[in-house]
Amino acid sequence: MKKLINQQPGVVSRWALGLLPFVLIAVVYTLSSNARLAENPNDKLLPAPSHMLESMTRMAFEPSKRTGELLLWQDTGASLERLAIGVGLAALTGLVFGIANGAIPLLRAGFSPVVTGISLVPPMAILPILFITFGLEELAKIMLIFIGITPFLIRDLQQRTMEIPEEQIIKMQTLGANTWQIIVRLILPQIMPRLITAVRLSLGSAWLFLIAAEAIAATEGLGYRIFLVRRYLSMDVILPYVMWITLLAFLLDFCLNRYSHWRYPWFHDRSL
Amino acid sequence: MAIIELKNLWKEYGSEVVLERLNARVEAGEFITIVGASGCGKTTFLKMLLGTENPTRGELLLDGKAIPEEPDATRGIVFQRYSVLPHLTAERNVMLAGELAANRYTGHAFGARRQELKASAQVMLEDVGLGHAINKYPHELSGGMQQRLALAQALIKKPRILLLDEPFGALDPGIRKDMHALVIKLWREQQLTVFMITHDLDEGFYLGTRLWVFDKDRLDPQAPGAYGARITYDLPVGKDDHGTLEDIATRVDSTARVLG
Ligand SMILES: Nc1ncnc2c1ncn2[C@@H]1O[C@H](COP(=O)(O)OP(=O)(O)O)[C@@H](O)[C@H]1O
Ligand SMILES: [Mg+2]
Repeated sequence: MKKLINQQPGVVSRWALGLLPFVLIAVVYTLSSNARLAENPNDKLLPAPSHMLESMTRMAFEPSKRTGELLLWQDTGASLERLAIGVGLAALTGLVFGIANGAIPLLRAGFSPVVTGISLVPPMAILPILFITFGLEELAKIMLIFIGITPFLIRDLQQRTMEIPEEQIIKMQTLGANTWQIIVRLILPQIMPRLITAVRLSLGSAWLFLIAAEAIAATEGLGYRIFLVRRYLSMDVILPYVMWITLLAFLLDFCLNRYSHWRYPWFHDRSL
Repeated sequence: MAIIELKNLWKEYGSEVVLERLNARVEAGEFITIVGASGCGKTTFLKMLLGTENPTRGELLLDGKAIPEEPDATRGIVFQRYSVLPHLTAERNVMLAGELAANRYTGHAFGARRQELKASAQVMLEDVGLGHAINKYPHELSGGMQQRLALAQALIKKPRILLLDEPFGALDPGIRKDMHALVIKLWREQQLTVFMITHDLDEGFYLGTRLWVFDKDRLDPQAPGAYGARITYDLPVGKDDHGTLEDIATRVDSTARVLG
């Protein structure tokens, strides 16, 4: 018998072990739900899985009586659009300022302290300011995501830029490169996969800021919906929505990871 | 006129003297191998030639003028590692110098110009024995192949001076022999001036045309930084003089023990 630390699961047992906790959660939930419903058929706290499915089918495929929209898709579209614009703008800004600060000491001296300062401001604390300045429309929500994750992206990419080996910067100069060429031919291509990694890390916060902003002021969106139906204790909608959001977050992360492996093989395959 | 001239050259970091009173003239086409205890300032000297470090006293002249204070295309370099760019294939690494020259802003070449660069990169890669690895990324190449690639990448730019900082230090002995032959061949073909640091005294003794030994001729074991290293031997290579080799080996070893 090998020592425990040297025992590796095979393919089948790896999957089985991975799925086991999910199955357990589902079983425990169903049992508890059944027990509560047996006592009180009108219990709202732990709706039966069939009930949740019913509600979600309604949200996804039956036009809303009030607006005539398919609510689930309308909410998903609105939220993903905000997330994409907010994260996209943040990634672009992070890339530009991160590389500029990392590569050019004169810019770093000017910008680095202020970026560090801004990154210490809790974004949720300035949400009222955003609502006052940008109104209750789309812009304020996008700005919250933007302000929430941009400082992290700038600081992370600045750090990654400064980690590019000095040897390679010197090498570029001995091959005749000017500052701009060093940025576009050496730094930018090497930072791109690191940008994807940084964006993946910041997506968790981005979702947090999105849902917070939607909860406070919105007329559609995943966060708006769960906070709206909370008033009616509609756990049959809230729970599936949370699972749906989790699935979306997982898919986004998965796609970014796959894309990075496909596009930047030299980054992922090198042995460190 | 000498291509490189050292006139009473000093390099100090704070109160630590690394190099002192270096004087020498190097003619174009010489191949200088530099040996010395580790920590005695060989890399520092190469950095001054490269332009990333400046002398604290004295003069370092290129063609009779102060050497530029930043790296440029006159001086090519191969480091022990990290010399090639990991995000480019072998071919693109070698094409890079030409691409940078083709367009100031994009650093890319297009059309016929690109085809030319591709063709000459392929010739260069064949020349260093990497004809079969054109489309591989550096992480897919062995250490020796990466150093060949680094040589190809540096030499296609036709620098006047080639700086090598223990370029083969991390390679197996057999592969090192091949690399020596390659460097000598390229040096002859391109009429380069070469400065090569090695920690292998034997290597220094038969490779190239001139051997420099960096050593501290005054050494205070209580304060190793009080005095700097100098060029204690400046010998033409080729005359197989076993006594001198032994003598140098003993002295460098005793310095190495003090520098630890
Ligand atoms: N940037 C630096 N700041 C302070 N001391 C340095 C610096 N670079 C090198 N040194 C010192 O200079 C000495 C020579 O270093 P180096 O040239 O790397 O030696 P070698 O290449 O011969 O092994 C060492 O004692 C090292 O600590
Ligand atoms: Mg060294």
